[in-house]
Amino acid sequence: MWNTFIVEGGYLIGAVTFVLGLKMLSHPETARRGNLLAAFGMALAIAVTLFFYRRDGQPVGNLPWILLAMAIGTVIGWWMAVKVKMTAMPQMVSFFNGMGGACAALISLVEYKAHPQHELGFLLSIFLGLVIGSVSFSGSMVAYLKLEGKVGNAHHPVLRVLNVLVLIGILALIVVGALGLEPFGEGNLPWVLFVIALLYGVMFVMPIGGADMPVVISLLNSFTGVAAAMGGFLYDNMIMLTGGILVGSAGTILTILMTRAMNRSLLNVLVGAFGGAGAAAAVKDGDKTIKEISIPDAAIMLAYSQRVAIIPGYGLAVAQAQHACHDLEKALEEKGVEVYYAIHPVAGRMPGHMNVLLAEADVPYDKLLEAEQANELLPQTDVAIVVGANDVVNPLAETDPTSPIAGMPVIRAWEAKRVIVIKRSLRPGYAKIDNPLFYMDNTYMLFNDAKKALSELVLEVKQA
Amino acid sequence: MDWIIDYFIQNRDFIFLLIMMIFLGIEVISHVPAILHTPLMSGANAIHGVVIIGSILIMGYSDSDDYLSLGLGFLAVVLGTLNVVGGFVVTNRMLEMFKKKRSK
Repeated sequence: MWNTFIVEGGYLIGAVTFVLGLKMLSHPETARRGNLLAAFGMALAIAVTLFFYRRDGQPVGNLPWILLAMAIGTVIGWWMAVKVKMTAMPQMVSFFNGMGGACAALISLVEYKAHPQHELGFLLSIFLGLVIGSVSFSGSMVAYLKLEGKVGNAHHPVLRVLNVLVLIGILALIVVGALGLEPFGEGNLPWVLFVIALLYGVMFVMPIGGADMPVVISLLNSFTGVAAAMGGFLYDNMIMLTGGILVGSAGTILTILMTRAMNRSLLNVLVGAFGGAGAAAAVKDGDKTIKEISIPDAAIMLAYSQRVAIIPGYGLAVAQAQHACHDLEKALEEKGVEVYYAIHPVAGRMPGHMNVLLAEADVPYDKLLEAEQANELLPQTDVAIVVGANDVVNPLAETDPTSPIAGMPVIRAWEAKRVIVIKRSLRPGYAKIDNPLFYMDNTYMLFNDAKKALSELVLEVKQA
Repeated sequence: MDWIIDYFIQNRDFIFLLIMMIFLGIEVISHVPAILHTPLMSGANAIHGVVIIGSILIMGYSDSDDYLSLGLGFLAVVLGTLNVVGGFVVTNRMLEMFKKKRSK
């Protein structure tokens, strides 16, 4: 009696902290406390489960082993989370999401074997938890590897058809399984589904471009939430149910908000417009000339400007150039130049990625302008420095309706009097399309690593 | 048709909870500034780590000679803990940056 009360009471408090935590996470002022609150709720839920949970009067057994497993997970998880560089945060989130998915899948695998009574609702939640968890796991791992740059894109029309077929196959097998049929021999169906779902996760994420990974991770995140909720249904466990559904629905909305920030639809992202036909032909070869600029020249141009815009992109994150960027801003301000940052909502690999990075370098919050404000200011800006950004300053989004990024809001860097593009090479960005900005008359290219170029610019500006 | 009605009536509480939680999730998340998309996703990621409770129950009620269940359960607890701990710590690290920024 008391035990049940403590467990269910703990779960209720935990569920409330999840809701409040998420709510607080959506305001900058309270975000950090919200995260800590949810973490507290989680710790409480786990603790009451470990020490007060009773099933048919029996407490949770094998406690030493469970605690050992938790200790291992805690040490590894903590270590990874603390060690990871700020730039690699997105793939880290994807990795941890995959772990949750795998956990849900394993639960289904074991529970199917452990319970002989097979009624529809039970089987359905087992198989859904299994499939969704597995897809989330393998999909997250592919997203992780893609962001780490270890896996490229696999674009093939056949893959798209194959994906649909496999998905239909999986759904059919779930129905078969939920009806209690065993087409692969006693107890083998979950394993077959497990393997197919793992494969599907890989095939599902493979064709999607690297620039769209944040959306995919967010989607897989909500998948794992649903898988966790399935586990909650299985155990009649309120906190798994509420936490899982909450993340499932909040994650879906978040995914839609992210695609909206890119002015695209979720379907458009998933079917993969990026890298499609016509993209490569966007700019004809031959009639494009670029102008290069040396670092001393660029420094002089900057030092004698009135107003300078810095437009950061993923290259800034890769080169870890946020501190150098801040140094340049300070050096220019000492020369009496007004400096602001133009932050595109999806610059980098995650919405808000640039804000987090620049905040790390102590760049004042009020210097970070959102795309709309920046676009108003750019025509009155003398020099716009584009640091490792590409697609988010691509004029094709506004001029070429056939372009894969058509309609995406961009920062109109070209409206500044002059543009300096710091970039390692002319390689196209993640959307794999050329950028006419580089060939414009008022654009100067500075081919260099972002950090190196910025640090040298700082020295030159100080002498100018 | 009968079984649908039966199912609905039997699982009435669950279905109500499901629908209400979906609306709550939508309500809680709407109107989020784009800067917070990443930390919010990361925080939600940590919360679905609640799946670890299922893996604890697997291990807790497996027979001590059922090595397959124990082994898979052990793995599931490790992975679930990774999700929870890693998720909250990463989120906290992201948000620390915001705190520093505000204090200036």
